[in-house]
Amino acid sequence: MISIEGLSKIFTSNKRQITAVDDLTLEIKEGDIFGVIGYSGAGKSTFVRLLNRLEEPSFGRIVIDEQEITSLNSNQLRLARQEIGMIFQHFNLLWSRTVKDNIAFPLEIAGVPKAERDKRVRELIDLVGLTERENAYPSQLSGGQKQRVGIARALANNPKVLLCDEATSALDPETTNSILDLLVDINQKLGLTIILITHEMHVIRKICKQVAVMENGRIVEQGDVLDVFLRPKQQVTKKFVEQVMGTNDEDEGVNHLINTYDRGKLIRLHFIGETTNQALISEVAKKYEIDINILQGKITQTQAGAYGTLFVQIDGEAGEIDNAIDFITKTSVEVEVIRDAN
Amino acid sequence: MLTKLFPNLDVQDFWMATYETFYMTLLALAGTFIIGILLGLLLYLTAKDGIWQNKFINMIVAAIVNIFRAIPFIILILLLFPFTDFLIGTIRGPNAALPALIIGAAPFYGRLVEIALKEVDKGVVEAAKAMGAKTKTIIFRVLLPESMPALISGITVTAISLIGYTAMAGVIGAGGLGDYAYFYGFQRREFDVVFVCTVFIVVIVFIFQFIGDYISNRLDKR
Ligand SMILES: Nc1ncnc2c1ncn2[C@@H]1O[C@H](COP(=O)(O)OP(=O)(O)O)[C@@H](O)[C@H]1O
Ligand SMILES: [Mg+2]
Repeated sequence: MISIEGLSKIFTSNKRQITAVDDLTLEIKEGDIFGVIGYSGAGKSTFVRLLNRLEEPSFGRIVIDEQEITSLNSNQLRLARQEIGMIFQHFNLLWSRTVKDNIAFPLEIAGVPKAERDKRVRELIDLVGLTERENAYPSQLSGGQKQRVGIARALANNPKVLLCDEATSALDPETTNSILDLLVDINQKLGLTIILITHEMHVIRKICKQVAVMENGRIVEQGDVLDVFLRPKQQVTKKFVEQVMGTNDEDEGVNHLINTYDRGKLIRLHFIGETTNQALISEVAKKYEIDINILQGKITQTQAGAYGTLFVQIDGEAGEIDNAIDFITKTSVEVEVIRDAN
Repeated sequence: MLTKLFPNLDVQDFWMATYETFYMTLLALAGTFIIGILLGLLLYLTAKDGIWQNKFINMIVAAIVNIFRAIPFIILILLLFPFTDFLIGTIRGPNAALPALIIGAAPFYGRLVEIALKEVDKGVVEAAKAMGAKTKTIIFRVLLPESMPALISGITVTAISLIGYTAMAGVIGAGGLGDYAYFYGFQRREFDVVFVCTVFIVVIVFIFQFIGDYISNRLDKR
């Protein structure tokens, strides 16, 4: 769907050269929600602005839906941009226009006739949940409502791709969640490919399927969100995972657990997705003659299911404990015995 | 009533003069609005990181604007005599004042337009670009509407300067209240005439200010 090869952007300011995006190669699949995370200055905004050539690439090739963006002339580029939606951190609405007229703007640009425009605007207002606010001005809306207008506007011309640059960074946590839900909803309803830039890992966790971690203009780590959560390789990635999971003070805790709970086996369960296993603990407890005592853990929900670790104590007859562990091992949950039965 | 209080006032001449002041101000204002917006847009669009970034054109326009703003208006009129004569066919009367009024006020208004455009949120311009807008669309549907309250308060300030300019132009025979006050009031030592003209000019200024503020506030949805 989107294929990026050797993309670079070099800024020259005050005779100094800054490589904001450095030789980036990337494939993004159709219908994906692709997250790009990195600290401020990592080059995320520059990267996303290169995709619709708000910044001209210094080197490299961008192909979106079989159209080579990097080889278009300015007229072709304008038409291509009508099929690439974009939303912004600060919404960038026209304050002089009502909600309705803001959403109609990209349709005016695309030359859609008035009657059709009105119809489409009504659909979009319903889609983003702004019914009855259509005649308000942006200054009369909350941040979340403004972003809904931004999203409706970005979707007006039925784009194939939606670019989101820190779309929730100016919003409070609750509003952030509702906007993220809306994005997932749109992704599923319309099959739209979404590229989402953020510096917040919980945003990635909540809606992305794929994630790339950016640092100094390069992608230093990339993959399924769950894999990256489970096995962060780079230092930056570990830091981002900690944003959601807390710091890794486990080892100390483990010794404490071993000393405190001296009966049965202590095991660590790694949940790495797959929602079907959500009732695992109760299932095991019912099936086998054992007691399960949940000691400590952190579980978080991602688009691909639960992710996290759980420490449990399993007590009972030795054979029954082993059967229970065998059962768990056959699911997608990984089992690690940290202390055998005494 | 007016004649009783101010024995030297010729009511018909006076109304004619008031009409001429309005005539000159409004026409000059229309010309200033159009030329000022053109100058302001040119300054804004050719500036660094502008849509038509062009150092050379930007410098030329800025130089013209600065030069004409630096020339005192009364001298500008004298300077423009040949040009006016060529354009209008006369150097007397309200029409003859128009070129000088517009050339005097447009560069000033052009700077105000440039400032107003710079205040437009860059993000909004960028959003329009990302939607695939043509430059024409960006100018007429983003830049001008988004800066309209500032453009209107700018033209209000300019209108008030223009009323002052019309009075000055009057002294060298352009007609209007300035002309009337000078030739009929001052030169004949009939100061009641000067007084009435002054009051009317102040009232006209207030009217323009009021209308300008009203429109500007109505348009401002921020
Ligand atoms: N127009 C520009 N001119 C010069 N340097 C720029 C420009 N835009 C961004 N940069 C630089 O490029 C780097 C990446 O910036 P940016 O893409 O905004 O990062 P992020 O969005 O990840 O915070 C920064 O060092 C920034 O200073
Ligand atoms: Mg950024």
